[in-house]
Amino acid sequence: MLTFFLRRVAQTAPMLIVVSLVVFALIHAAPGGPLALYLDNPNVRPQDIERLRRQMGLDRPLAMQYVAWAAAFVRGEWGYSYADGRPVMDRLLERVPATLQLVGISTVLALAVSLVVGLVSAVQRGIDRVATVGAVAGISLPVFWLGLVLQLVFANLLGWLPSSGRMTFTGGGAIDRMAHLVLPVVVLAAAHAAGWSRYLRGSLREVLAQPFISAARARGVSERQLVTRHALRNALLPFATVVLLDASIMASGAVVTESVFAWPGVGSLFTEALAKRDYTVLMAFLMCGAIAVATLSLVADVAVHVLDPRTREPS
Amino acid sequence: MITRAPPSRRGTLAAATVLVILLIVAAAAPIVAPYGMDVLDLARRRGAPSLHHWFGTDELGRDVLTRILFGARVSLAIGLVSAGLSAAIGVTVGAMAGYAGGVLDAVCMRFTDAMLSVPRLPLLMIAAAVLDPGVTLLILLVGAVGWMEMARVVRADVQSIAVRDFVTAARAAGARSPRILLHHVLPGVLPTASVALTLAVGRGILIESALSFFGVGVQPPTASWGNMLYQAQTTMSSQPWLGVFPGAFIFVTVLCCNVLGDSIAQRSTAGR
Repeated sequence: MLTFFLRRVAQTAPMLIVVSLVVFALIHAAPGGPLALYLDNPNVRPQDIERLRRQMGLDRPLAMQYVAWAAAFVRGEWGYSYADGRPVMDRLLERVPATLQLVGISTVLALAVSLVVGLVSAVQRGIDRVATVGAVAGISLPVFWLGLVLQLVFANLLGWLPSSGRMTFTGGGAIDRMAHLVLPVVVLAAAHAAGWSRYLRGSLREVLAQPFISAARARGVSERQLVTRHALRNALLPFATVVLLDASIMASGAVVTESVFAWPGVGSLFTEALAKRDYTVLMAFLMCGAIAVATLSLVADVAVHVLDPRTREPS
Repeated sequence: MITRAPPSRRGTLAAATVLVILLIVAAAAPIVAPYGMDVLDLARRRGAPSLHHWFGTDELGRDVLTRILFGARVSLAIGLVSAGLSAAIGVTVGAMAGYAGGVLDAVCMRFTDAMLSVPRLPLLMIAAAVLDPGVTLLILLVGAVGWMEMARVVRADVQSIAVRDFVTAARAAGARSPRILLHHVLPGVLPTASVALTLAVGRGILIESALSFFGVGVQPPTASWGNMLYQAQTTMSSQPWLGVFPGAFIFVTVLCCNVLGDSIAQRSTAGR
């Protein structure tokens, strides 16, 4: 167990190094490099740029810059935002709660929907037809377009829900906050509910076709028991893995959803930083995203290893 | 097991038909479009859908339907070519990893995992913002981040095929690795790869539209479905037709790709 865990952690490290190299290379591939923002500004004199370049170590060889940056990142020194001069870590951290709220509630909603739809469509052919159409449609929907259309219908035409933000400017109560949550949560949950319910249905069907299910049926186990106790238990593990591994797609979805609904989370910080070419924020965002995804996939692997003896190599 | 026809035969046919029509219409855009690409109808600016302009006009009086048809060329081209590129990279990486095994396999798959763990859209948004790409570079970028799924499924297929008896027989008959890979293993990968390819087309179109929606993809005056939405998002409440129609085209196209991919998948597993 411990060796498996350590080996798996050891695999994560080189992966993160590859990611950091890609991120670093990308920023330095920019015309004008990380100082592009100042190059465009007529108020910044060439000698100031030269001074900044030396101050930030941009005159050193790329390899050394990478090592310096990576070492600082590991120490938690993520630099300062180009846009407002505040520490990058502060800017990211203050946005985390809003994103966690949005992503958390969406995930719970998507899980609930996909569990119900997946279970029912695995056994009911008629509902399965409808669910199949709905799921393929859900996967194919451009997230931002779904957001815009829902905004149009429910905020502008019907006026039932607020169109953007986390609460009314004057500060609203709990109901106001919940009303602001509805549209972004639905948009972010839609695609995942579709994908996950398909997956659960598929793996349930696979389990239900196995001999031990027929054996249980022959012993007189009720259909309901068969599905919920015998099949679902076997299907849940791969399902959980898929859910955890979808984290990076969730991150992309959050960026889109947050910017459509002006949700003040990490995702809209990213789009703001992108517009301002705020490279320190962008680099930190990508690295944190990759670390989060890598951690979740580590959790998924370890969980499967612990819960499912079949995946362990015979010792 | 009772054999039955794939359940969505009509759906498959419909999806394929829609895609073919879209491709033809996109290719023939200069002929079939009701107006010229940049013709301004100044008398009917911001016009709602009407008999003259089925999908309305934008703030410059350009016909939305016309721009959608011309945008289809860009969006479909990016989807198709980037998917082809992803397939080429994915099949190469997956086949190498699956066939060679050992260190090469480990290195390839760790790299694939690494690429999968970076949130794809933000990475591309940064790359696109930094490099300020034209359509060609955009295709390369979208293709460069879309090969990982392909690599995984191809590797799994290659691994299972490479231990089959006919491969051993080919090796016993003296065939070398490149020949075995090309003539014996890769044909078996075709069904899975074509499914992944179809899905990649839809994903490519979605990614292009997302990039353009954030203003870092296809740049105006070239029209793409995504950048039409980018221009429409601020006026969604007063002129919804500017956003609803391009988005609907993205949705329908991606939907057709996914339906097609699913039915190929069903057919190839039914044949096994």
